[in-house]
Amino acid sequence: MNKGSLIHISRRKEISWWRAWLVRLAAIALALILCGIITFFATGLNPISFYAAMIDGSFGTSRRIWMLLQNMAILLCISVALAPAFRMRFWNLGGDGQALMGALGAAASMILLGDKVPNWLLILIMTVAAVLFGAVWAFIPAFFKAKWNTNETLFTLMMNYVAVQLVAFFVIIWEVPKGAGKIGIINQNTNAGWFPQVGGSKYLLNVIIAVLITVIMYVYMKYTKHGYEVAVVGESEPTARYAGINVKNVVVRTMVLSGALCGVAGLLLVGGTDHTLTTTLIDGRGFTGVMVAWLAKFNPIYMALTGFLIVFLQRGSAEITTMFTLNQSYGDIITGIILFFVIGCEFFLNYQIHFRKSHKEVA
Amino acid sequence: MNNQIPILELKHVTKRFGNITANEDVSLSVYQGEILALLGENGSGKTTLMNAIAGIYYPDEGEILVKGKEVAIRSPKDAYHLGIGMIHQHFKLIDVLSAAENIVLGLKDNGRYNLKAAYAGIREICDKYGFDIDPAQKIYDMSVSQKQTVEIVKQLYRGADLLILDEPTAVLTPQETDRLFQVLRNMKADGKSIIIITHKLNEVLAISDRVAILRKGRYICDIKTSESDAQQLTDAMVGHSVKLNIDRPQPKNPKDKIRIEGLNVRNKEGVQKLKDISFTARSGEILGIAGISGNGQKELLEAIAGLQEIESGSIVFINEDGTEDNLVGMDPRKITAKGVTLSFVPEDRLGMGLVANMDLADNMMLRSFRTGRSLFTDRKDPYELAEQVVDELEVQTPSISTSVRKLSGGNIQKVLVGREISNVPSVLLTAYAVRGLDINSSYIIYDLMNRQKKKGVAVIYVGEDLDVLLELCDRILILCDGQVSGILDGRTADKQEVGLMMTSLGGGKADE
Amino acid sequence: MLGFLLSFIPRAVGQGIPLMYGAVGETITERSGNLNLGTAGIMYVGGISGVIGAFLYENSAGPENMNAFLAILIPMLCCIIGSLVMGLIYCFLTVSLRANQNVTGLAMTTFGVGFGNFFGGSLIKLAKADVPSIALSKTSEFFSAKLPFAKNLGGFGTLFLNYSFLAYLAVIIALLASYIFFHTRVGLHLRAVGENPAAADAAGLNVTRYKYAATCIGAMVSGLGGLYYVMVYASGVWSNDAFGDRGWLAIALVIFTIWRPVHAIWASILFGGLYILHMYIPSGTNLAIKELYQMAPYVVTIVVLILTSLRNQRDNQPPASLGLNYFREDR
Repeated sequence: MNKGSLIHISRRKEISWWRAWLVRLAAIALALILCGIITFFATGLNPISFYAAMIDGSFGTSRRIWMLLQNMAILLCISVALAPAFRMRFWNLGGDGQALMGALGAAASMILLGDKVPNWLLILIMTVAAVLFGAVWAFIPAFFKAKWNTNETLFTLMMNYVAVQLVAFFVIIWEVPKGAGKIGIINQNTNAGWFPQVGGSKYLLNVIIAVLITVIMYVYMKYTKHGYEVAVVGESEPTARYAGINVKNVVVRTMVLSGALCGVAGLLLVGGTDHTLTTTLIDGRGFTGVMVAWLAKFNPIYMALTGFLIVFLQRGSAEITTMFTLNQSYGDIITGIILFFVIGCEFFLNYQIHFRKSHKEVA
Repeated sequence: MNNQIPILELKHVTKRFGNITANEDVSLSVYQGEILALLGENGSGKTTLMNAIAGIYYPDEGEILVKGKEVAIRSPKDAYHLGIGMIHQHFKLIDVLSAAENIVLGLKDNGRYNLKAAYAGIREICDKYGFDIDPAQKIYDMSVSQKQTVEIVKQLYRGADLLILDEPTAVLTPQETDRLFQVLRNMKADGKSIIIITHKLNEVLAISDRVAILRKGRYICDIKTSESDAQQLTDAMVGHSVKLNIDRPQPKNPKDKIRIEGLNVRNKEGVQKLKDISFTARSGEILGIAGISGNGQKELLEAIAGLQEIESGSIVFINEDGTEDNLVGMDPRKITAKGVTLSFVPEDRLGMGLVANMDLADNMMLRSFRTGRSLFTDRKDPYELAEQVVDELEVQTPSISTSVRKLSGGNIQKVLVGREISNVPSVLLTAYAVRGLDINSSYIIYDLMNRQKKKGVAVIYVGEDLDVLLELCDRILILCDGQVSGILDGRTADKQEVGLMMTSLGGGKADE
Repeated sequence: MLGFLLSFIPRAVGQGIPLMYGAVGETITERSGNLNLGTAGIMYVGGISGVIGAFLYENSAGPENMNAFLAILIPMLCCIIGSLVMGLIYCFLTVSLRANQNVTGLAMTTFGVGFGNFFGGSLIKLAKADVPSIALSKTSEFFSAKLPFAKNLGGFGTLFLNYSFLAYLAVIIALLASYIFFHTRVGLHLRAVGENPAAADAAGLNVTRYKYAATCIGAMVSGLGGLYYVMVYASGVWSNDAFGDRGWLAIALVIFTIWRPVHAIWASILFGGLYILHMYIPSGTNLAIKELYQMAPYVVTIVVLILTSLRNQRDNQPPASLGLNYFREDR
């Protein structure tokens, strides 16, 4: 029916894994070339130095490697947390809010109980509070989605801002000193509620926990009955009902899990590294996490790869930013361009383009 | 009438989909001011043929002539420029728009957009032919019959001289059907030509001037309606019985297994799909369900399987020890928990029965993954089951870990049936189990049904090929308009009798 | 009380106009079936493009020799072009390449916000300002020009006549969009494409063309919201991240207005009011409680989301194909 059209597009039945990866790598390569050109015009930096600077910014010193790992750990934790919800086609854009609530729970425990309970108990309470706060923040939209099919995309999004205001409220309540408008480092003197250092680095524990969560989530999604149910619900609701799966329960249960793990990401930030609470603590990683998860097709192991790509870009462009005293948002532009290419290249995995001469053949 | 140039003429039209031939060498003509009925069983290629005229498909071979000139109809737009309008079974209307908005959609009239002027034009058409619609009414507020009217007016508003109606009466009440026929007669009197696709013989006799019959994609004959009768048309439509040599063992010790009484079901739109259905399925026998598709088969099976909300009536499962369980109000999980082993091969294989993007092993555990108290799914048994099914049913697949989406239709069906049978059911429900399958695969499926039957399973087999139903089933229940048109003994029933009961309740006895 | 209203309502309008542009732009986009979550990014790009244009003109002409016409035209053109490019990126990815709309929108937001802050930051550096912001007060004066006699008309003048021309333009665009949707052939076709692209396609409409056109026009309208924010509301002062979450609220407003731009007029002013409500609630020295009051727009949005899902009226539903890409051979 494409009258006179020279291009005909059809859905691809399947594509071999190596070709799929080739297409993705080609897209990333193209995007990096484009970024190099843009950077050349913005800073006069020649492309070779551009890539060298990117790599240097990520791996240049052991501190930079630790920063890369720490950023990856948090991003991975949030991405992995979001994955099961997306797997069942629930658009949870509330990762930021859920993680921030987790951070609030942890910080509240540290501030209120810091000098009242032993450290091991405090960390336990922090964990419970973070998980609980994150889970509740995810439960609310999930409940309404299951009950009345309320639009979850905007609901979870708005919950982010409610969380931000709630945190802003408590920041003022707990501000140190009065009138500072910020909390500062919590328990600076006692270190109560600070995670123990493992292997002489304050980042290693977070990395270990993130890796553990990733592996556990991989197992959960691939090998458990719950994971199986999530997969079936995501594929087709009639099939789920045919299999006797209670779709609403699965939606709520999975979202609670998702929120709880986002809460853990908040806990890691407060207890592990930052030891403070600010409204910008999560820094949009709830959104970045969506893209990390989506690009990895919701497979936690692949997320380590896509998460690495994003963090590498951010750390690398941060280096260029400092080299040329650019604005730190430079990294967002680079990330945006790469994302456009990677998102766009999916087309070539799912569709085939046929060029043809204009003749009588009709679809 | 026949000495003029036909308004539409098909010459040797052939349409294939892959290696399936939907229409083969069909030649047909329609004249001005004539109502032609196109008659044929499900899958006889009527709709495909009409879609080729309406610009949905493009025929592989043959010619289409409009008013004596050869034309190429590549899109619905081309068709409408040639004065051809088709009313599909699934209306192409936009729900939130009004009737008038739908009617003028896509028209590029000159001058300002003026719905009021369109209202006037629509009213004129309505008055001329006797339609009754409110141009300002939204589609979602309309009954099916009103929507159909909008579709017809839409085609007339666009200047169609030839109207094709695909099973227009399937969704109408008798009164609405009468009204539609009156309108069609008015249009005919005005010089319009009409092709009406239908299965219902009484309607063919009531409305058409001529009947063209298709069977298995081929054009059989055309007969002047006035010179024909129901019996002759049925014979031409179903053809002579074909000997298939399907095994049919004698049922051993049949006992009542499922008893259905006074079952009423409405769909989400509130249309009654099943009306006062009562019957009993027995162990060790195959109960065939015949009927034109869309006459309640889907709802009936889904009601038994616990997937369909039931308005009233009872579905009773009779246990081995004689105790009874009413299954109404239970979902599949509760039914299983009750200990009722009920297997169901639904019509929509990839949309309901299987998960398209999962591999064979994962699909094997779709209905059984909950067993055991472990948090983890057991992957070993499903894998072995998959291997067993692949082996026994000769499933062609690259491996057990291939997504079922990538298999061919016949292999997908074998995987589904294989899983459901492995459950050792006491009741096996199957919907169109051999649809789209080649001969060999079909026989494998028949054989599987018979093996289940010998094991004492109550098999319910919804089918569309009457020859198969007549050779495979012990009893045949015929559905018509969501009601039981009759239950016949499979060994003595004859094809014409079943055909008549499918097209009119009780075989037309009520009408005569 | 009157005094309160006279000070509250103009400020609510000032807050509401960017939301109105965003909501109307997004409504136009969504009517074609495209759910563009990149609106937040587009509004940033629109704002910064206008700022760049104004900056270049102000610096090349010098504050004394600025021509009012050019001072308005150049930033507006830059704003529209910047937003249009964003709209085209979105369309190319989702319509031509059929990429997931939500993910594309999020990537657009990352990119757009980064773009805005990057160039904002670069300009701030260029201008060698002491504060982390850039002030285009001269251009802003042209944008904020009000009717000379409005101040003399008392309360009526303050409430209705005392705004920038961009505020009236927003209302006009909203009214015009409503008129086009419901009283013209183009609007009918657009709604058809958003409801049921397959049926629209069968009726001979070019689905791709409608989607591109609506999304790009929608993006340009949204972009003007960013421009209004900088030039009028913020008096020509660009500071990074100042625009905040208004883009997301605009998207939520589309649901609130049940896809009717005419409702966006009052709804965005209402939300503008909710935005600044915390400044008017007396809370004494308790600064913390103010933060809770600032939840108002989000909580109200959530309540609205729940209520709209409860009342399932057919006329108030989103375009049926919203968020889904159309591929003819899939039907």
